[in-house]
Amino acid sequence: MSTLANNKMKVQVKSKQDEETEAATVESGKIVYDTKDLNLWYSETHALKDINLEINEKEVTAIIGPSGCGKSTYIKTLNRMVELVPGVRTTGTIAYKGKNILDRSFKVEDLRTQVGMVFQKPNPFPKSIYENITYGPKIHGIRNKKILDEIVENSLRGAYIWDEVKDRLNENAYGLSGGQQQRLCIARALAVQPDVILMDEPTSALDPKSTLKIEELVQDLKKEYSLIIVTHNMQQAARISDKTAFFLNGEVVEYDKTNTIFTNPSDSRTEDYISGRFG
Amino acid sequence: MIKQVDATQLKSKMNSRVRKNAIWKSIFLLSTLFGLLVLAVLIIRVVMQGASWIDIDFLTGRLSTNADRAGIMGALLGTVWVMLVVIPVTLIIGVATAIYLELYAKRGKIQSFIETNISNLAGVPSIVYGLLGLTIFVRLMDFGNVVLAGGLTLSLLVLPILIVSAQEALRAVPAQLSEASYGMGATKWQTIRRIILPAALPSILTGSILSLSRAIGETAPLTVLGIPALLIPFPGGLFDTFTALPMQIYYWTLDASLVAEYANLAAATIIVLLVLLFVLNSVAIFIRNKFQHRY
Repeated sequence: MSTLANNKMKVQVKSKQDEETEAATVESGKIVYDTKDLNLWYSETHALKDINLEINEKEVTAIIGPSGCGKSTYIKTLNRMVELVPGVRTTGTIAYKGKNILDRSFKVEDLRTQVGMVFQKPNPFPKSIYENITYGPKIHGIRNKKILDEIVENSLRGAYIWDEVKDRLNENAYGLSGGQQQRLCIARALAVQPDVILMDEPTSALDPKSTLKIEELVQDLKKEYSLIIVTHNMQQAARISDKTAFFLNGEVVEYDKTNTIFTNPSDSRTEDYISGRFG
Repeated sequence: MIKQVDATQLKSKMNSRVRKNAIWKSIFLLSTLFGLLVLAVLIIRVVMQGASWIDIDFLTGRLSTNADRAGIMGALLGTVWVMLVVIPVTLIIGVATAIYLELYAKRGKIQSFIETNISNLAGVPSIVYGLLGLTIFVRLMDFGNVVLAGGLTLSLLVLPILIVSAQEALRAVPAQLSEASYGMGATKWQTIRRIILPAALPSILTGSILSLSRAIGETAPLTVLGIPALLIPFPGGLFDTFTALPMQIYYWTLDASLVAEYANLAAATIIVLLVLLFVLNSVAIFIRNKFQHRY
């Protein structure tokens, strides 16, 4: 695991050097997800239409758009969670680090080990805080108590919640507040050491203070992870993301640097949406 | 205030609305009392008739045509032996079937056809299961009228009830819990074993206890299987001939016109059967409360 951390450090240093030649960075940033001509149907409903997106590593990518625009569907396609819905069909490809994840030969368990997910509503297991964190490592076969203890501490520290729960690791996770539960869920995702973290409206069920904490956390996490966040909250997208994709009726209307999207959008529909004229 | 709403009119309607509520409340209360009252009369009558006949000799004694010396140890052991077959067979096959239908089977025509038929089987009269057991276990597999045949027949009888209730229990586990598990790369089986089954266990137990209680009390399928009511030797294994508590009650009630005391013996046996059911239910409730989760 330490080599993994080292690699992440190296990449981080490299990207800092690159920042000096700013324009080059975005173009040459390593692509983690390359979506090509993705179409998705729920039975008869055409939910995603010809999606083409390149998502960079070690960045925060925000996906915004009105309800029913397909943004949640898209993020759930990135870890194939969408397959839990009966009657889903897809065409096109999503290359994750160069391999097509929509190909049948790509093991879905393998994908979801590398790509963690945080859900809209905090969903800890009805178990202790400690067991919530060790769940992931245990299903992957880690049994050593000492290693598990370390993973628990590192994950909880990584999600800014260690100090609040270190004295009650054996208490039920349902005793935590909503904001704490959501950070616990983030810690639980970190415990399997993923490369990407998908977040589906992670703060929509939380109060402003907890929301702020999670936003700070996201800023910190992007040093080591690639983050893709679906959000209803445009200020949030503007505050925390590097790039933003605007979805409408199952299509990507515009995808650019967040700064550009919010100050100088090229499509009038994007402008209407971010200025609150619809959605 | 909105003009269309007339305050005086509201007042006059108020009394009738409140009265109506009171009337419905008493209707519901009377319905509840009706059931409770009948049950109370039944229990009081049975206890008055049978309680004085229960003693150690009655519980541990062998069957006798002499009412004063008759005991129910044979029937009691028979019921225990049958339950030793019914409990594991029903739980394992029932829960496994529910898991397959609810979590593995593809939604579609075949799956819904199977589910509809299982629900229908839950409503088939028990005597029909007796005929099925007679054909398959007693005759075809040639077990004879032994514990194993009786246990398997009763398992078949209560399996549909257990499958349906276990399916409902599995369905009631919030999808967000299993999603969290799948989201970390867990396989379906890992998710079932570590998340879904533990969360559904309390409800599954409630369903099992209802179906097992039914199995303990069934008489009709046993009579069809040819289970004797008059049996002196105690059963000691799966391939021994046996009798069960409900058979004993049936026999003594039937012959109460010949020997008056048999009615008292039947009442005493009913008390034993009720206590047995009560204990089983308490154990189930205790386990359920111990493992109950909130989501």
